[in-house]
Amino acid sequence: MANPVVIMRTPAETAFIERFAAEKAALPGAAEARAEAFARFEARGLPSKRIESYHYTDLRNLMRAMAPAAKDAVAGETMALDGFARHGFSNGRWQGGDSSAGVTVEPLADAYRAGSRPGLGMGQASDIIVDLNTAFARDGVVIRVAAGRHAKLHLAFSENVAAAASILPRVIVEAGEGASLLLVSTHEGTDGIAYQVNEVLELRLGRQAKVEHIRLNRSGDKAMVLSNVAATLAEEAELQTMQIALGGEVCRHQVFVTYQGENAKAAIRGATLLKGNQHHDSTLVVDHAVPHGESRELFRTVVDGSAQGVFQGKIIVRPHAQKTDGQMASNALLLSDDAGMSNKPELEIFADDVVCAHGATCGALDENQLFYLQARGLPRRIAEALLVEAFVGEVLDTVSEEALREILAGLVSGWMWERSVAG
Amino acid sequence: MLEIKNLHVEIDGKKILNGLNLTVKRGEVAAIMGPNGSGKSTLSYVIAGKEDYTVTEGEIRLDGVNILEMEPHERAHAGLFLAFQYPLEIPGVATMTFLKAALNAQAKSRGEEELTPGEFMKKVREAAGQLGINPDMLKRPLNVGFSGGEKKRMEILQMALLEPKMAILDETDSGLDIDALRIVAEGVNAHRDPDHAFLVITHYQRLLDHIRPDTVHVMARGQIVRTGGPEIALELEDRGYAEYLGNAA
Repeated sequence: MANPVVIMRTPAETAFIERFAAEKAALPGAAEARAEAFARFEARGLPSKRIESYHYTDLRNLMRAMAPAAKDAVAGETMALDGFARHGFSNGRWQGGDSSAGVTVEPLADAYRAGSRPGLGMGQASDIIVDLNTAFARDGVVIRVAAGRHAKLHLAFSENVAAAASILPRVIVEAGEGASLLLVSTHEGTDGIAYQVNEVLELRLGRQAKVEHIRLNRSGDKAMVLSNVAATLAEEAELQTMQIALGGEVCRHQVFVTYQGENAKAAIRGATLLKGNQHHDSTLVVDHAVPHGESRELFRTVVDGSAQGVFQGKIIVRPHAQKTDGQMASNALLLSDDAGMSNKPELEIFADDVVCAHGATCGALDENQLFYLQARGLPRRIAEALLVEAFVGEVLDTVSEEALREILAGLVSGWMWERSVAG
Repeated sequence: MLEIKNLHVEIDGKKILNGLNLTVKRGEVAAIMGPNGSGKSTLSYVIAGKEDYTVTEGEIRLDGVNILEMEPHERAHAGLFLAFQYPLEIPGVATMTFLKAALNAQAKSRGEEELTPGEFMKKVREAAGQLGINPDMLKRPLNVGFSGGEKKRMEILQMALLEPKMAILDETDSGLDIDALRIVAEGVNAHRDPDHAFLVITHYQRLLDHIRPDTVHVMARGQIVRTGGPEIALELEDRGYAEYLGNAA
């Protein structure tokens, strides 16, 4: 006779269960998807380090409590970008935005009530963080870019909370056939408060659609930020998604890309700058489910203080996904003795006619390069900044818009400057 | 200009320089010749301030100021320049960006205004033109993928722009074909004047056909063992270094 399995619930897990029971009747639409997602959470609980994909980010241990839902939104100041149609989100809630030709924006609740279904961007992937968002999300929008249209959107998220709060927005983007979209999402929040974000961005790229997505994490310094990008690519679609991460205390950024049509391309990139006791995990699952897909991953992580960086990149090539071309690189630069980095590239290749490569490196600044620069009159801190900016620059250089690239490069310089001042 | 007295240097407990004495006067072009392993490169690194070396005794003065306590960038600000034997590749840093950062850092240290972008471009283009450096190279990451000769020209370009009062050229002739050697030598000769001094470190005499030294020092076993005029270089070309290597030869 098998022993009954007793699941010890953590306070956070219990809080999720109680909250779902209390809220589910009032959650707008998508009842079936919510119930399925929550059932998976109830069965498994928060992932602990015993789950391989959470080995370096033990969420069960890190998420001790579930903060109550954020109070009504208070609009906060956020960065402005010229030339973009701007949509503000306060504590996850859409505040309206600029109209742009060929683009419709519908509140998530309305879209769900009208029958939109969450989770299509996940393909065959499954993840508890995404499930929790699916179960609870009531804030967010569904953005549709009409076939053949071009748009530049800035989703400006601002988290203004006076006490611990949880924020679970979901944004679903549908790019029609041949549409092209430059999508920037900026995330800024209050320092000093342990708020929790669990956010999902679904990107559904139609045939020959092109989406360039740039996420900027400038979350508050005590925030736990679980961000997710879930993208599906139809035939000949091209996706670029990049995160520049500076903020938050504990962050996990997950990117799921599923190739559903042939000859699609995806580039997934990240530039992460960590200091103090920050923990940042970038986890990718790239699923080549069809032949002739191309994927490129480039992650650069700079780690100072006693911060810890994590990169996990999984490339799956399904048995019939011949002629897949995948290349993945994760490089880390450790600026202090206590800084740490865990790199875990994984290739799961079931087809025999593919080109896949991965590389991971981890090291300090090169003393010989530093000496060379110093010998030309650059003080050490400037020499270090030059080398760090160059290291991260290889990721930022891929941003198509020069003005945007300069803003991001400026944030990296600012980070190095603060570091040198803090000495 | 440069005075080195009784310099003793170790690396990892191994003695490399053993009481080296050397003086280079203002306006002088001095050459140091010596066999491999005599400590020539160590000397150039120690003067420039590389951390790996331990100075156990002695002093190095630039215009009377002991520079041993200075950081490498402070030595550069004081007018010292080392043309590296193996210039480093710096991926991701455009050559122009680097040149600008270096010029600005030195201007700032002297309390001068930074050059305007127009002045900077003009100055760099002129100097590059004289050294036969293609302007497109300046857009590329510093030294990345440059040939040996291109790297050495880039060192001389930096020297020309930074206008150091004391320049040390560490085996600048190594890896150069005869045309590149001539261009590099012309770059140095163009800056010869009563205010600037050069210390040319080389294994072979051929560079000294193009940069005529005032003084030649022979270095062996971590010391200067002989000092004289240009005739020493020719003599070494004939006879080699055997007589300076003692029992080790």
